[in-house]
Amino acid sequence: MTFFSRLLHLDRLESEAIYILREAAAQSRNPALLFSGGKDSAVLLHLALKAFRPERLPFPLLHVDTGHNFEGVTQFRDETAARLGERLVVAHVEESIQRGSVRLASPTASRNAAQAVTLLEAIETHGFDLLLGGARRDEDKARAKERVFSHRDAFGAWNPKSQRPELWDLYNGRLQTGENFRVFPLSNWTELDIWTYIEREKIALPSLYFAHVRPVVRDGDYWRPVTPVTPAAEGQLVENRLVRFRTVGDMTCTCPIESNAADVSAIIAETRLSTLSERGATRMDDKVNEAAMERRKREGYF
Amino acid sequence: MTQAQTKLVRIVTAGSVDDGKSTLIGRILHDSQALMSDQVDALSNARFSRAEEGDLDLSFVTDGLESEREQGITIDVAYRYFATPQTSFIVIDAPGHEQYTRNMVTGASNADVAIVLVDASRLHQGALKVQTRRHATIAHLLGLKVVFAVNKMDLVNWSQKVFLEVEESLRRLSRSLGITNPAIVPINARSGDNVVSKSHAASWYEGASLLDILQSQGEGTDLSELPFRFSIQRVVRVDGHTRDAQRGYAGRIASGQVAVGEEVFVGPNRRPTKISRIETYDQSLERAEAGQSVTLYTEDEVDAARGDLLTRGEATYAKRVTADLCWLDDQVWDPRRRYLLQQGTANITAKIESVLHIRDMRDLSEVRGDQALKLNDIALVQLQTQTPILADLFQDNPKTGAFILIDPDTNQTAAAGMIRGAT
Repeated sequence: MTFFSRLLHLDRLESEAIYILREAAAQSRNPALLFSGGKDSAVLLHLALKAFRPERLPFPLLHVDTGHNFEGVTQFRDETAARLGERLVVAHVEESIQRGSVRLASPTASRNAAQAVTLLEAIETHGFDLLLGGARRDEDKARAKERVFSHRDAFGAWNPKSQRPELWDLYNGRLQTGENFRVFPLSNWTELDIWTYIEREKIALPSLYFAHVRPVVRDGDYWRPVTPVTPAAEGQLVENRLVRFRTVGDMTCTCPIESNAADVSAIIAETRLSTLSERGATRMDDKVNEAAMERRKREGYF
Repeated sequence: MTQAQTKLVRIVTAGSVDDGKSTLIGRILHDSQALMSDQVDALSNARFSRAEEGDLDLSFVTDGLESEREQGITIDVAYRYFATPQTSFIVIDAPGHEQYTRNMVTGASNADVAIVLVDASRLHQGALKVQTRRHATIAHLLGLKVVFAVNKMDLVNWSQKVFLEVEESLRRLSRSLGITNPAIVPINARSGDNVVSKSHAASWYEGASLLDILQSQGEGTDLSELPFRFSIQRVVRVDGHTRDAQRGYAGRIASGQVAVGEEVFVGPNRRPTKISRIETYDQSLERAEAGQSVTLYTEDEVDAARGDLLTRGEATYAKRVTADLCWLDDQVWDPRRRYLLQQGTANITAKIESVLHIRDMRDLSEVRGDQALKLNDIALVQLQTQTPILADLFQDNPKTGAFILIDPDTNQTAAAGMIRGAT
């Protein structure tokens, strides 16, 4: 005999995420919510309001800032936290570089992988024992393997070969000292779910998610943005193209796609027809090798 | 997928190692146009691929870990999402190795239907493998609908005689487990025959394709029609407004419905109170039902906390229950030790008083006598709890009839449990 609830698709996902957020808060001493200003974390923050208002959020917002941000994203991050009256903790990769815990091959090298180091340092400094993140299983084949409550050892490492069993929706959030959890309330959401929810809930996003003209250069399958840290090489043709970002991350590894979708409903229409996955179309960090995400997660990445 | 009501079907694969579970999932996704072109490209360039030149190793759609690809096995559960116009699917690929049974149980506990695969070419006189029996048993105990797929039919030249032999074995297995009238489909996951669409390879097969069978699953029982059950996640204190100077109880309605003005009962003492308000972030509701996350306010101060239950309708609480357990911990059960029983949001100290029987996976017989419970054992036990727990039977209400046992020293989830009776 199987059982079902009558909730509509998005209502089911929303309610599940709220349930997970409340479990995460109830089962931890000192949690934080990872908030970068990107669309998934904006949805996660919106769901956190639904889970905890009229009270204040039972956790601060945490951003691991590579310092290589696209224009408008950090302002959006700061303004959102201020508007909601919630505490924002920013951990800077730059400070890890100063401390010497992160060494880059060159001053303009990607700081994406270094985020794991800074994140682990922030966990230690603030004593966080649980981090809520907006990662989704449909993003990547290693993420597809991860539990909702993902256990990390004292080194912050994910061990995909011996994850805790996770039965039904009975989350076991118990830890030994020094360990932590990464909890993913959006595990079962797809990119299309995120956009249809943003439309329904009228969630504000940074402007670079919508079509705009930007200087880019062709790099294989990608349009690589021309920025202060990723200037065009000599002789490379810089073009002004109408583009939008499907994901927003470090400037050194995130590429926009050509698009004239200027609002959420146009993005939803494009997403329905897309033949490229979200990360496949935009993220150079995953192209390094087949298991790039898995390796980063083993090192403590979220 | 539209935002309109779509049926959700959650499928888990089951069966022995190398019977083709991951390949089947890859095939379903591929033939349903649920794979993106960059993902298909990544498959054709993948290291460790076992496919012939120009072909794809579809098992790599879900076997995404380095060590899985290297060894050609599935280690842990992968979740994938796709939708047809009628149905939205979550497909959960579970490992076949006995060593990773706890991961299969994890996947099965989040599914409605299990596809149990059998390799048609590797049966000797119809004898099913131990893992096939174990997985069918687990799926059935967890209340899943079981569908059998007889795979690799090409290796036996689509012989109807071989299929009938396997079918007979599967029917015997089903009878001994109490599975009534299961669908049994001959398929070839690698080529896609009878997976998404019907194949001409077996003219003698009159049934539907596997995906059609999965899509036409009956809806089952509407959780909102069951008695009201609500496990408190969090007590909300609202200060500042005199009107709101009271406590609310945040949680997700496990089953049933509740309306403003209705009487509910708190905990095992069944103290009655009335619902005064039902709130969400931006709405006040008159009524709410199974699946909704809400905050309930009561007319009286009822002194309820996280872990306490609000119920309506008949509710039995007991300090002794019988339950099926799947033992998931490397550490064997120690009769002297106490465990934490987590049911809903409650954590209660519990003890396994006795093992009534353990199932022998070779013939599914029930072995009696006091024995150690060890990794992957499936047993019926008698449990004692420090305080009374709600004793809804799992088969009547899987949301409240399920629990886990946690080892309080290691924090490991030691067992998955299903309440079968109260004493």
